[in-house]
Amino acid sequence: MFEITTDPIDPDALYRQVLRDYNGAVVTFAGVVRDHTGDKRTEYLVYEAYTEMAQKKMAEIGAEVKERWDIENIAILHRVGRLEIGETSVLIAVGSPHRRQAFEACRYAIDRLKERVPIWKKEVGEDGESWIEGPGSGQGEV
Amino acid sequence: MKIRALFFASIREITGCKEMEFDISEGTRVGQFRRELVDRYPGMAPLEKVLSVAVNAEYADDEVVLMPDAEVALIPPVSGGGHV
Repeated sequence: MFEITTDPIDPDALYRQVLRDYNGAVVTFAGVVRDHTGDKRTEYLVYEAYTEMAQKKMAEIGAEVKERWDIENIAILHRVGRLEIGETSVLIAVGSPHRRQAFEACRYAIDRLKERVPIWKKEVGEDGESWIEGPGSGQGEV
Repeated sequence: MKIRALFFASIREITGCKEMEFDISEGTRVGQFRRELVDRYPGMAPLEKVLSVAVNAEYADDEVVLMPDAEVALIPPVSGGGHV
Protein backbone atom coordinates (compact mmCIF):
# COMPACT_ATOMS: atom_id res chain seq x y z
CA MET A 1 0.00 0.00 0.00
CA PHE A 2 1.39 3.38 -1.05
CA GLU A 3 -1.12 6.10 -0.37
CA ILE A 4 -1.76 9.74 0.29
CA THR A 5 -4.61 10.22 2.74
CA THR A 6 -6.47 13.03 4.44
CA ASP A 7 -7.46 10.77 7.35
CA PRO A 8 -5.53 10.30 10.59
CA ILE A 9 -2.98 7.51 10.23
CA ASP A 10 -3.62 4.29 12.12
CA PRO A 11 -0.21 2.73 12.87
CA ASP A 12 -1.71 -0.67 13.65
CA ALA A 13 -3.38 -0.93 10.27
CA LEU A 14 -0.11 -0.32 8.44
CA TYR A 15 1.74 -2.69 10.76
CA ARG A 16 -0.72 -5.44 9.90
CA GLN A 17 -0.17 -4.79 6.18
CA VAL A 18 3.40 -6.10 6.37
CA LEU A 19 2.91 -8.84 8.96
CA ARG A 20 3.41 -12.29 7.44
CA ASP A 21 4.25 -15.70 8.82
CA TYR A 22 7.63 -15.61 7.06
CA ASN A 23 8.56 -12.18 8.50
CA GLY A 24 10.49 -12.18 11.78
CA ALA A 25 10.83 -8.39 11.98
CA VAL A 26 8.65 -5.37 11.41
CA VAL A 27 10.22 -1.92 11.52
CA THR A 28 8.04 1.16 11.39
CA PHE A 29 9.00 4.80 11.05
CA ALA A 30 6.61 7.58 11.99
CA GLY A 31 7.14 11.22 11.10
CA VAL A 32 5.42 13.30 13.75
CA VAL A 33 4.56 17.01 13.88
CA ARG A 34 6.82 18.72 16.42
CA ASP A 35 6.21 22.02 18.12
CA HIS A 36 9.23 23.94 16.89
CA THR A 37 11.78 24.45 14.13
CA GLY A 38 15.02 25.92 15.36
CA ASP A 39 13.91 28.49 17.92
CA LYS A 40 10.54 29.12 16.27
CA ARG A 41 7.38 27.70 17.73
CA THR A 42 5.06 25.82 15.41
CA GLU A 43 1.29 25.91 15.88
CA TYR A 44 0.42 23.40 13.20
CA LEU A 45 1.51 22.14 9.77
CA VAL A 46 -0.28 21.97 6.47
CA TYR A 47 0.81 19.25 4.05
CA GLU A 48 0.08 19.32 0.36
CA ALA A 49 0.83 16.66 -2.26
CA TYR A 50 0.74 16.12 -5.97
CA THR A 51 -1.23 13.03 -5.11
CA GLU A 52 -1.06 11.09 -8.35
CA MET A 53 2.69 11.51 -8.68
CA ALA A 54 3.39 11.11 -4.97
CA GLN A 55 1.66 7.72 -4.88
CA LYS A 56 3.56 6.64 -7.96
CA LYS A 57 6.90 7.76 -6.47
CA MET A 58 6.17 6.00 -3.19
CA ALA A 59 5.39 2.80 -5.08
CA GLU A 60 8.72 3.17 -6.89
CA ILE A 61 10.51 3.44 -3.54
CA GLY A 62 8.71 0.25 -2.53
CA ALA A 63 9.97 -1.47 -5.67
CA GLU A 64 13.54 -0.27 -5.02
CA VAL A 65 13.40 -1.62 -1.48
CA LYS A 66 12.11 -4.99 -2.60
CA GLU A 67 14.90 -5.27 -5.13
CA ARG A 68 17.77 -4.13 -2.90
CA TRP A 69 16.95 -6.07 0.25
CA ASP A 70 14.94 -9.02 -0.91
CA ILE A 71 12.00 -7.71 1.10
CA GLU A 72 8.45 -8.63 0.21
CA ASN A 73 6.45 -6.28 2.37
CA ILE A 74 6.57 -2.51 2.65
CA ALA A 75 3.80 0.04 3.03
CA ILE A 76 3.94 3.84 3.03
CA LEU A 77 1.17 6.19 4.06
CA HIS A 78 1.42 9.99 4.02
CA ARG A 79 -1.22 12.32 5.32
CA VAL A 80 -2.06 15.73 3.85
CA GLY A 81 -4.06 18.69 5.09
CA ARG A 82 -3.80 20.38 8.47
CA LEU A 83 -1.94 18.40 11.14
CA GLU A 84 -1.66 19.30 14.79
CA ILE A 85 1.36 18.88 17.05
CA GLY A 86 1.91 15.21 17.85
CA GLU A 87 -0.01 13.87 14.87
CA THR A 88 1.59 11.44 12.43
CA SER A 89 2.34 12.86 8.99
CA VAL A 90 4.00 9.82 7.47
CA LEU A 91 4.25 6.17 8.39
CA ILE A 92 6.44 3.52 6.80
CA ALA A 93 6.25 -0.15 7.72
CA VAL A 94 8.72 -2.76 6.52
CA GLY A 95 8.35 -6.47 7.19
CA SER A 96 11.30 -8.75 6.64
CA PRO A 97 12.50 -12.20 7.69
CA HIS A 98 15.37 -10.56 9.63
CA ARG A 99 15.70 -7.26 11.45
CA ARG A 100 18.81 -5.82 9.83
CA GLN A 101 17.24 -5.58 6.38
CA ALA A 102 14.07 -4.14 7.83
CA PHE A 103 15.95 -1.34 9.64
CA GLU A 104 18.07 -0.50 6.60
CA ALA A 105 15.17 -0.57 4.19
CA CYS A 106 12.97 1.58 6.39
CA ARG A 107 15.69 4.23 6.74
CA TYR A 108 16.29 4.17 3.00
CA ALA A 109 12.59 4.56 2.29
CA ILE A 110 12.10 7.66 4.45
CA ASP A 111 15.28 9.30 3.11
CA ARG A 112 14.20 8.64 -0.46
CA LEU A 113 10.70 9.87 0.23
CA LYS A 114 12.00 13.15 1.57
CA GLU A 115 14.15 13.86 -1.47
CA ARG A 116 11.91 12.54 -4.21
CA VAL A 117 8.21 12.49 -3.44
CA PRO A 118 6.24 15.66 -4.28
CA ILE A 119 4.86 16.54 -0.86
CA TRP A 120 5.26 19.95 0.74
CA LYS A 121 4.73 21.27 4.21
CA LYS A 122 3.90 24.71 5.45
CA GLU A 123 4.70 25.69 9.00
CA VAL A 124 2.27 27.96 10.71
CA GLY A 125 3.50 29.61 13.89
CA GLU A 126 3.50 32.78 15.87
CA ASP A 127 5.66 34.55 13.27
CA GLY A 128 3.37 33.72 10.38
CA GLU A 129 3.62 30.91 7.88
CA SER A 130 6.19 29.58 5.46
CA TRP A 131 6.68 26.68 3.08
CA ILE A 132 9.58 24.48 4.12
CA GLU A 133 11.65 23.81 1.05
CA GLY A 134 14.50 21.37 0.74
CA PRO A 135 17.52 21.84 -1.49
CA GLY A 136 15.70 20.86 -4.67
CA SER A 137 14.10 17.68 -5.89
CA GLY A 138 14.17 15.52 -8.92
CA GLN A 139 16.68 17.23 -11.14
CA GLY A 140 19.95 15.52 -11.70
CA GLU A 141 18.69 12.22 -10.40
CA VAL A 142 18.13 9.02 -12.26
CA MET B 1 -1.22 23.50 -28.77
CA LYS B 2 -2.68 23.28 -25.30
CA ILE B 3 -1.08 21.98 -22.12
CA ARG B 4 -2.25 21.98 -18.53
CA ALA B 5 0.06 23.29 -15.82
CA LEU B 6 -0.28 22.29 -12.16
CA PHE B 7 0.96 24.46 -9.31
CA PHE B 8 1.75 23.42 -5.75
CA ALA B 9 2.75 24.94 -2.44
CA SER B 10 4.64 28.24 -2.77
CA ILE B 11 4.19 28.24 -6.55
CA ARG B 12 0.44 27.84 -6.17
CA GLU B 13 0.36 30.83 -3.87
CA ILE B 14 2.27 32.89 -6.43
CA THR B 15 -0.04 32.04 -9.32
CA GLY B 16 -3.14 32.10 -7.14
CA CYS B 17 -4.51 28.90 -8.67
CA LYS B 18 -3.97 25.15 -8.70
CA GLU B 19 -3.93 24.72 -12.44
CA MET B 20 -4.06 26.67 -15.64
CA GLU B 21 -4.28 25.92 -19.32
CA PHE B 22 -1.59 27.34 -21.60
CA ASP B 23 -1.43 27.67 -25.35
CA ILE B 24 2.21 27.11 -26.31
CA SER B 25 3.97 26.61 -29.62
CA GLU B 26 4.81 23.13 -30.80
CA GLY B 27 8.30 22.00 -29.90
CA THR B 28 8.42 23.99 -26.65
CA ARG B 29 10.80 22.35 -24.21
CA VAL B 30 10.43 22.02 -20.46
CA GLY B 31 13.17 24.55 -19.70
CA GLN B 32 11.68 27.08 -22.09
CA PHE B 33 8.22 26.71 -20.59
CA ARG B 34 9.57 27.25 -17.08
CA ARG B 35 11.38 30.39 -18.27
CA GLU B 36 8.18 31.76 -19.77
CA LEU B 37 6.33 31.09 -16.55
CA VAL B 38 8.96 32.88 -14.49
CA ASP B 39 8.78 35.83 -16.88
CA ARG B 40 5.06 35.93 -16.35
CA TYR B 41 5.27 35.46 -12.58
CA PRO B 42 8.43 37.23 -11.38
CA GLY B 43 7.66 36.00 -7.85
CA MET B 44 8.95 32.60 -8.99
CA ALA B 45 12.38 33.94 -9.91
CA PRO B 46 14.06 33.11 -6.56
CA LEU B 47 12.89 29.50 -6.97
CA GLU B 48 13.73 29.11 -10.65
CA LYS B 49 17.01 27.24 -10.16
CA VAL B 50 15.50 24.72 -7.78
CA LEU B 51 12.16 24.35 -9.49
CA SER B 52 11.74 20.87 -10.96
CA VAL B 53 9.21 20.04 -13.62
CA ALA B 54 7.20 16.87 -13.97
CA VAL B 55 5.51 15.95 -17.21
CA ASN B 56 2.61 13.53 -16.85
CA ALA B 57 3.66 12.79 -13.27
CA GLU B 58 7.31 12.00 -14.05
CA TYR B 59 10.34 14.25 -13.45
CA ALA B 60 11.48 15.69 -16.77
CA ASP B 61 14.68 17.53 -17.60
CA ASP B 62 14.86 20.82 -19.46
CA GLU B 63 15.38 19.26 -22.90
CA VAL B 64 12.15 17.28 -22.93
CA VAL B 65 9.76 18.49 -25.62
CA LEU B 66 6.21 19.07 -24.42
CA MET B 67 3.48 17.21 -26.25
CA PRO B 68 -0.13 18.35 -26.72
CA ASP B 69 -2.33 17.90 -23.64
CA ALA B 70 0.66 17.29 -21.39
CA GLU B 71 0.14 17.71 -17.67
CA VAL B 72 3.07 19.86 -16.59
CA ALA B 73 3.62 20.20 -12.85
CA LEU B 74 5.91 22.78 -11.31
CA ILE B 75 7.59 21.10 -8.36
CA PRO B 76 9.14 23.37 -5.75
CA PRO B 77 11.77 21.71 -3.55
CA VAL B 78 10.05 18.99 -1.57
CA SER B 79 9.97 19.08 2.21
CA GLY B 80 13.04 16.94 2.70
CA GLY B 81 14.30 17.97 6.09
CA GLY B 82 17.94 18.97 6.22
CA HIS B 83 18.00 17.41 9.67
CA VAL B 84 18.49 13.69 9.48
